[in-house]
Amino acid sequence: MSRDAGVLRLGVIALFVLIWEVAARRFGNPLFVAPPSETLVAAFGLLHDPDVLRALLAAFRELVIAFVIAVAAGLIIAVPLGLSSFWRGALFPLVLILYAIPQVTVLPLFVRIFGLGPPTKIAFGVTHGVFAVILAVVAGIRNIDPILLRAATSLGASRRQLILNVVLPSLIPSLFTGMRIAMSGVLLGVLLAELYISTTGIGFFSQTFTNAFAPAKLFALILILATIAITLNELMRVAERRFNLWREG
Amino acid sequence: MQVACIVAFFGAWQIGSSSGYLDPLIVPSLSAIAVAFAALLHGGALWSDAGVTLYELAIAFALAAGAALSAGFVISRSALAVRVFDPLLAGLYAVPTILLFPSYLLFFGIGPPSKIALGATMAFFPIVLATIAGFAHVAPLRLRAARSMGASELQLFWYVLLPEAFPIVLAGLRMGLVLGFLAILGGETLTSNAGLGHQIVTAAESLDPPKMFAYIVVAVGLAVALNAVTSYVEQRARNTTA
Repeated sequence: MSRDAGVLRLGVIALFVLIWEVAARRFGNPLFVAPPSETLVAAFGLLHDPDVLRALLAAFRELVIAFVIAVAAGLIIAVPLGLSSFWRGALFPLVLILYAIPQVTVLPLFVRIFGLGPPTKIAFGVTHGVFAVILAVVAGIRNIDPILLRAATSLGASRRQLILNVVLPSLIPSLFTGMRIAMSGVLLGVLLAELYISTTGIGFFSQTFTNAFAPAKLFALILILATIAITLNELMRVAERRFNLWREG
Repeated sequence: MQVACIVAFFGAWQIGSSSGYLDPLIVPSLSAIAVAFAALLHGGALWSDAGVTLYELAIAFALAAGAALSAGFVISRSALAVRVFDPLLAGLYAVPTILLFPSYLLFFGIGPPSKIALGATMAFFPIVLATIAGFAHVAPLRLRAARSMGASELQLFWYVLLPEAFPIVLAGLRMGLVLGFLAILGGETLTSNAGLGHQIVTAAESLDPPKMFAYIVVAVGLAVALNAVTSYVEQRARNTTA
């Protein structure tokens, strides 16, 4: 049954691509739309263009660095917030307020502080990802059975041992959930900053292709970035499922 | 305690500004922001830009809700269609919608239509997924019971399907509205000729941080207000259907 659904799903995608191809060729204005076949050809062309390739690799590196920083910073902030009701009461509302701010609005500020290079894109990715980690980890810590904590303490565990041997292992599932959501946040933040800064990187090429009415190249660039995004998202989803299985099994 | 912390945060901000520790070209003092904010309220420019943003949001949300509710409902009527489309739509939802913005600029130009398209795309996915989830998971027993008691299709929809799916669909609509607003702000920030996001960028580029922060306050205020209003509506609707 689910096999049939999978085949049908591929059929739906194929049909969509086919309609797009025919419609673009017959009715589309070549200044604005490109059929999928030309897009695919253009994608291979872009991957052989050293300048575009450099921009893509730079964006990928920014994504990875931003993600690592977001997860590390999220953990460092979240563990004390989760363990101490004092700090949670004091700082958690502030975290929620910051989280509620539509972050695109402060993007120009990031450019002002961090300049036009990778630091802005990394920083913007971090702020888009870190909150998901904080919220998930704080929730995870609060869900730890208090008996486990008390048992470890009464058996003489030091605070360090408590964190390393009790808190962190029981955090794994919620950490991975946070990491999955953080990944989509980091993608959004880095890509927003990349598109906003149009003097270098991906923003430069997307603007150049738009202004030159070169839809095949523009679609190809979007296709490549979407592929990167889908791959990273799927990786996180698989990792999340893996670790949940590992924990239950 | 929480209030104290927030007060301390803003207090540190103001002290940092007045002692010259914070660069006023990056983070202006609270009083400068208040002055700029008051000036915005008195001038007419604020309302026209907020109006542009809200107009884009209204059209985008109407388009997205119309398309997503009907598509979601049609898909939810067949178990096979749900299995075919649900993972597909969920997968597309995970792709950053902002990636489509350059092509929307190409299609629709830098005016409001490209933001409407972006907001509508963003809002479509949570609504369609919630509609499918809501209508596809109505307990089969209740459907069978209503049918065997002779309910017409219309009665079935009105008295069985809708009440059960309503809260879930409503949550999807709320999510769509908020995400659509964020996407429109994002589009305006990237490339636009009017709207709140446009004003924020213009103020930032003309080295007028107090004005920029004042517009950010407006945008955040709108986001909070949207959230509060829709939560209230959701709560009310939940109570009346329950």
